[in-house]
Amino acid sequence: MKSYRTDVLVIGGGAAGLAAASAAAEAGRETILIEREDSPGGVLEQCIHPGFGVHRYREELTGPEFAARLVEELDASGAEVLTGRSVLAIDPKTRAVETVGPEGVRTIRPKAVVFATGARERPFGALRIPGPRPVGIFTAGLAQKLVNLHNLLPGRRALILGSGDIGLIMARRLHLEGVEVVGVLELKPFPGGLMRNVVQCLDDYEIPLHLSHTVIAVHGTKRLTGVTAARVDETGRPITGTAREFAVDTLILSVGLIPEAELIGRFVGLDPINRGPCVDSRWRTRAPWLFAAGNSVAVFDLVDTVAAAGESAGRFAARFAENDIPEVRKIPISRGENVLHLVPTEIDPGVPTLIHLRVPRPMQRAQVRIGEGIVSRRLIGVRPAEMVEVEVPVEAAEELAKLADVKVEVVEE
Amino acid sequence: MRIGVIGAGVVGALIARELCRYGIEVHLFEREEDVSFGVSKANSGVIHGCFHEKPGTTRARFCVEGNAEYTALARELDFPFKRIGAHVIAFNSDDVAALERLKAQGEEIGCAGLEIIDREEILSREPRVNPDVRAALWSPTVGIVEPWDVAIAAVENACANGLVLHLGTEVTGIRVTGGRVTGIATDAGGFSLDAVVNAAGLYADRVARMAGVDRPVLHPRRGEYILLDKQAAGTANSVLFPAPTNNSKGILVLPTVDGNILLGPTADDLPALSPDAAATSSVGLAAVVSGAKRLVPGLDPRLTIKTFAGVRPEPAGGEFVVGPTVVRGFYQAAGMRSPGLTAAPAVARYLSREIAAEFGLEEKSAFDPQRKSPPRFSELDEAARAALIEEDSSYGRIVCRCNEVTEGEIVAAIRRGARTVDGVKFRTRAGFGRCQGGFCTARILTILSRELGVPPEEVTVRGKDDRIVVGRVRP
Ligand SMILES: Cc1cc2nc3c(=O)[nH]c(=O)nc-3n(C[C@H](O)[C@H](O)[C@H](O)COP(=O)(O)OP(=O)(O)OC[C@H]3O[C@@H](n4cnc5c(N)ncnc54)[C@H](O)[C@@H]3O)c2cc1C
Ligand SMILES: Cc1cc2nc3c(=O)[nH]c(=O)nc-3n(C[C@H](O)[C@H](O)[C@H](O)COP(=O)(O)OP(=O)(O)OC[C@H]3O[C@@H](n4cnc5c(N)ncnc54)[C@H](O)[C@@H]3O)c2cc1C
Repeated sequence: MKSYRTDVLVIGGGAAGLAAASAAAEAGRETILIEREDSPGGVLEQCIHPGFGVHRYREELTGPEFAARLVEELDASGAEVLTGRSVLAIDPKTRAVETVGPEGVRTIRPKAVVFATGARERPFGALRIPGPRPVGIFTAGLAQKLVNLHNLLPGRRALILGSGDIGLIMARRLHLEGVEVVGVLELKPFPGGLMRNVVQCLDDYEIPLHLSHTVIAVHGTKRLTGVTAARVDETGRPITGTAREFAVDTLILSVGLIPEAELIGRFVGLDPINRGPCVDSRWRTRAPWLFAAGNSVAVFDLVDTVAAAGESAGRFAARFAENDIPEVRKIPISRGENVLHLVPTEIDPGVPTLIHLRVPRPMQRAQVRIGEGIVSRRLIGVRPAEMVEVEVPVEAAEELAKLADVKVEVVEE
Repeated sequence: MRIGVIGAGVVGALIARELCRYGIEVHLFEREEDVSFGVSKANSGVIHGCFHEKPGTTRARFCVEGNAEYTALARELDFPFKRIGAHVIAFNSDDVAALERLKAQGEEIGCAGLEIIDREEILSREPRVNPDVRAALWSPTVGIVEPWDVAIAAVENACANGLVLHLGTEVTGIRVTGGRVTGIATDAGGFSLDAVVNAAGLYADRVARMAGVDRPVLHPRRGEYILLDKQAAGTANSVLFPAPTNNSKGILVLPTVDGNILLGPTADDLPALSPDAAATSSVGLAAVVSGAKRLVPGLDPRLTIKTFAGVRPEPAGGEFVVGPTVVRGFYQAAGMRSPGLTAAPAVARYLSREIAAEFGLEEKSAFDPQRKSPPRFSELDEAARAALIEEDSSYGRIVCRCNEVTEGEIVAAIRRGARTVDGVKFRTRAGFGRCQGGFCTARILTILSRELGVPPEEVTVRGKDDRIVVGRVRP
């Protein structure tokens, strides 16, 4: 068995991992990045539409262009990149990271790890939609990969379930490639994706969006022949008498992403709502040497946020590899009213903290309150699709530390 | 001597393998593109303890014998088999009485090791079982398999011993001349045969009628399932049954060989066999959840990665129809409802001996009962992995990340006969994990296309008319 040592090991070469590896190497630490695919970039590689990098580069780039910038930065940083290699296991006791690639099995023993494995799509089976199991049901990311990277057309007439950004983008992509997109269904009474995507991907092409609708059955024994949809009530239950049929050969699902965190879940604990590891202000998990960033922590809206998170995690991992970041008493924060995703879940009072959160429904005017108003921020026109960011300065963290229980809440005004 | 077996489910596969012992020409006809795409694909995969079966029935007899044979069979054919045992859970005094009856019945038919254990004991073995449990019946001989593994392994071994396999070939008629079988008609032409075995699963009634035989009379009974992610491991450590009802063994909670948790099945009699008989229903899936939660209240249905249904070929009267018929040379292994998977090795042994006796056949010494399964990367230790990659670097490429399946395994599966995405999936478990192929389908499509030498648009999921993609985006 071949074994290697390094200061920082980054697992996953998407936006988060690329940024993390650059930051760690720039901080002067020996850094290795491992990516399973043959080239880095992660999900960006298949997102050929523009809309990336407005914050980070003040330009609208396509996904591959954004990834190319990160790769350039990485090359300049001196980090080593191993592609075509997968991480199979991490031993929490020895920090030995087991990897496999065509050159063989390698164990890497890093001082610190940044976990940046991204997210997977929630599959059709998880929805428990009744019916036979015909071919022609695709998750949106798979359809996107087939169309954009493999030049393959998944079908001729499609319905899209879920109005998250990926679903909206795919509605437009398929339409532009000559697939008849008969509509987009959304369970909630509001769209799941960004408003600009609703306008640019659906409205501009007259693709109907059916809010408060879901699929209640699929039909067809070999290829999909149709889908039954229905209107749902406030609790998401189908209303009888509202069923309607869509004759389609393709159903595209954009029904949620789930952080790929099983490799570490066993020993760091996963947050039940984020579904990724609990992290603190430095993106540190409950294992002091293990940092995590990007969609493997919680599903983020913008790649800019993901890259910034990766950078921060990479920097702290480098610090840790250099001379252990001392364990301080962290301030656990919990969800109050109107908070779904919440990152981090613990505040490290030694550094400023950027809190990221998602609200469960659109609100015209609201206020984020942390620790009964020790930190607060007004929000105007906040939507579940967009993550809210709130900064907690070090002085405020000291105040929060005095409270018995720190809640983050969003109060509608 | 030339003999044909109709149906490459677990029953037909094992019969074909047994017949290969006799140095005769054996042909196996299967209308699907791969073996085990019928009833044998979607069931609980339990090698039953048989205590549910009435003494004196064919089911009881073949079940007990079959169960005992599985240890040796799994060793010969090199498929995973785990005797994890089962517990039947009793919640009230009626249930406890039912356990006593099952125990007595099981002992009468020869089911070993049955024991009634108390509440503390069952809760210590299965801590997640409903705390309202009163007692449980323990059956140590119950095991689990992935049912298609058995059929695939048996066909591979039979092929190594001379079997001629005809996939994608539907039998459309049986030629009977002067009261004896002389051949069959298929959609790929006719074959002269001296004997035919009907192991056609759900279609065994139709095949019987082709020969003019009026048994079995079958009706379809659907069973729906929910499969949970490996994160649910520990929900059950053994096969958990509720105390039985009239027409089924109830909704079970069990671990699969692969480490997932399976919930189900329901039991719904269908009016007729339609192409969408194996569809799930909202009522059925809800019944699976509530039935399973009765046994393990804390289980988390949000961990669902897949739902599916299987259809049982229920014979009128409930008995297997195994043996010769009024037509000489026409044999049946039909009406193979549950516990047909358990019984299959015993049915195969019995039927092949009957045929050998009738035709005066002798076992040939050249028969090699051993089959080696291709390497499964995820189950190897580090040294074995390194050696495999050294030999063939494609074993170092993980394609299915959820189940850690490598490109080398997928190529091996295709070389061993997989021609479809499902064929690859059942043989390697690629696409069977928590993302259900979201990440790897495109790669598998590419590998299938390359290995089969067809464009990706021609690659199918299960066979004809179900291509994954319909064409190119641009020429
Ligand atoms: C369809 C779509 C449209 C989007 N549109 C926009 C947009 O317009 N604007 C915007 O700002 N953002 C957009 N986003 C969001 C943004 O692209 C993502 O948030 C971001 O790219 C996620 O980066 P990541 O590094 O966390 O994950 P990923 O990109 O998923 O990277 C994870 C990487 O880890 C690798 N990996 C995983 N496990 C292992 C392992 N065990 N061993 C080795 N390697 C492993 C994977 O192969 C992958 O390359 C979009 C996302 C999607 C899916
Ligand atoms: C829901 C459910 C749960 C079950 N659970 C268990 C269990 O836990 N334990 C247990 O022991 N048993 C169980 N069983 C029973 C077990 O699955 C079956 O007894 C067994 O799989 C039957 O195998 P078979 O080979 O007879 O049928 P099949 O697997 O259906 O094989 C028959 C084959 O014949 C082919 N065929 C049909 N007609 C033709 C034709 N004209 N020409 C060519 N080919 C043809 C079909 O395509 C099919 O592949 C269960 C069954 C179901 C449905």
